[in-house]
Amino acid sequence: MRVVALERVGKAFRSYPSRWARLREWLDPRALDCHEKTWVLRDVSFALEAGEALGLVGMNGAGKSTLLKIITGITQPSEGSLQLAGRLSALLELGMGFHPDFTGRQNAFNAGQLIGIPLARLEALMPEIERFAEIGEYFDQPVRVYSSGMQMRLAFSVATAERPDLLIVDEALSVGDAYFQHKSFDRIRQFKAAGTALILVSHDRFAIQSICDRAILLSEGTVKRDGDPESVLDYYNATLSGVDQIEQQTDGERTRTTSGDGGARVTEVRISTEKDDDADTVETGAPVVLALKVSVERDLDELVCGYAIRNRLGQDMYGVNTFHTDQLTGPVAKGTEWLFEFSFSMNLGEGEYSVATALAGGETHLEGNYEWRDLAKVFSVVNTRQRVFSGCVWMEPTVAVGRLS
Amino acid sequence: MGLFMFKQHASAVYANRDFIFASIRREFELKYRNSLLGALWTVLNPLAMIVIYTLVFSKIMQARLPGLEGTYAYSIYLCAGILFWGVFSEIALRAQGVFLEQAHLLKKINFPRLCLPAIVVGSGLINFLIIFALFLGVLVLVDALPGMKLLALIPVLGITVWFAIALGVVLGILNVFFRDVGHFFGVVLQFWFWLTPIIYPASILPERAQALLFFNPLAHCVQAAQAVIVNHSWPSWSALLGVALLSLLLSLLAVRLYLQHGADMQDEL
Repeated sequence: MRVVALERVGKAFRSYPSRWARLREWLDPRALDCHEKTWVLRDVSFALEAGEALGLVGMNGAGKSTLLKIITGITQPSEGSLQLAGRLSALLELGMGFHPDFTGRQNAFNAGQLIGIPLARLEALMPEIERFAEIGEYFDQPVRVYSSGMQMRLAFSVATAERPDLLIVDEALSVGDAYFQHKSFDRIRQFKAAGTALILVSHDRFAIQSICDRAILLSEGTVKRDGDPESVLDYYNATLSGVDQIEQQTDGERTRTTSGDGGARVTEVRISTEKDDDADTVETGAPVVLALKVSVERDLDELVCGYAIRNRLGQDMYGVNTFHTDQLTGPVAKGTEWLFEFSFSMNLGEGEYSVATALAGGETHLEGNYEWRDLAKVFSVVNTRQRVFSGCVWMEPTVAVGRLS
Repeated sequence: MGLFMFKQHASAVYANRDFIFASIRREFELKYRNSLLGALWTVLNPLAMIVIYTLVFSKIMQARLPGLEGTYAYSIYLCAGILFWGVFSEIALRAQGVFLEQAHLLKKINFPRLCLPAIVVGSGLINFLIIFALFLGVLVLVDALPGMKLLALIPVLGITVWFAIALGVVLGILNVFFRDVGHFFGVVLQFWFWLTPIIYPASILPERAQALLFFNPLAHCVQAAQAVIVNHSWPSWSALLGVALLSLLLSLLAVRLYLQHGADMQDEL
């Protein structure tokens, strides 16, 4: 079932050259266009099926909030069409318009009614709302004494008191503590499994990758990328460094993103083990050397080389660079080649991992980004020698078992 | 098409009646939450006004109230006028500012916006009824009840409120786009109060001015209330019908404005 469909949606705000221009436009039928339009959203089309989760990313001012306001019906699109099937619940910004002088319970009733839950139903849901928010006695105290985290807990509990067909969660969740974030994501996952479509706005890569099937990058009011979360987030991450040259190559099902101004390039990425000089498969716990060969394309003041090992979801398992290891090169000349070798034990659990490489002029790739390469190498970790364990990290314990009584 | 859309909006208001009632209750709670005298303030404000005007004007006006005797005649006349003026100005003034006042909600949650005027009417009516009940009590005490003719006040009140909310919503929508409207209306209300025979009887005006009163819709409402409460006679139905027609026109204008510009309102808040 299609829950929401947007067709070439655009939003323009009107700006009038003078305060009187609007009056003229209203009163004088001939003066139809006294205003100029500022487009904050243009030509946005996408559709979501039941159970589909969409991550929405983009810089501040990219139009994310406006898009959400259009979907929630708070504001009307200037062009294009929006179709919505079923009930929608949205958690935009903080607090759902809570009134500071009323208690959490009163506000929960108020907000619940505002989003269209009938009073009788709300009364039945109230114990569950109180239980889920877990704010204890504060539930019956005025909201003005709440912390922002408590407000968020209350708002989330109300917004998700009943499973909607479309749930929209703006940045709001990031206010919560880790415990509540886990709890709310669990609830979102349950809803999703039961057929709720989700739109999640977050700057948190982990949040988006762990729950979304798809991501959209908004930039300057248009859809810049629409695809699997990993490639969209890689692309977004690359745009953050302010570099225009971004390449994405798709081989098979994964998309490689390379960005940077080209001051230096990684020409070779090898993982060597005791047996294999260029391994694609590594044993858990095996000593390896990650070798990056770099060629310098122009004279540089500094060359910092770094890498990150990521799991399937694109979460960093480990990452470091030569800035942090205090091994600065100083000025490097055009045409020279460099070798960076990182030796470590592969203390990872079974699974598929990737190496992202970064060449920069300083601590992060935001200051002088020569090259950023996602998925520079993909390899698998297998476990045939160590004890069977679960998880991504190999942290072998010694175990003591003793009977106490 | 337009009317059909409006019907949708209107039925959304009905569907949200629980919310409207709850909001009216909350509004009262909020108003008196941290005050010791609570709902007493609803009464104390108009009471102060009545006392002041009685003290200041009773000597001047008493002789001028034609055909009325009795110690309380002028005070009763005043109360009748101020009560009906009060319900009009409260509803119109609040409706005129309600969209701006509730901007924080309108920007965050999608709910039928026409609930807001409904809440304004509801809480205005309740305020009125509280004061009016007390006023009736006083009338019983001084033995000045108009009897069955009191029922005539129901349509008078209905038309006054209708006029107030229709005007208020028109101004409220305009006010979102042209904030001058709000300031301007505050000034207009001051004049309007004195241009309406509330603290003076229309008969003290020169004849030409009396003729101009015809164009003041509120004068008809207030005079209707005074006729019932002070003179114990039926109000002038034809004059009230005129106000009702004007209210109908204003309502249509409000609907038109809402359908045309309602969608843009959110962007201006």
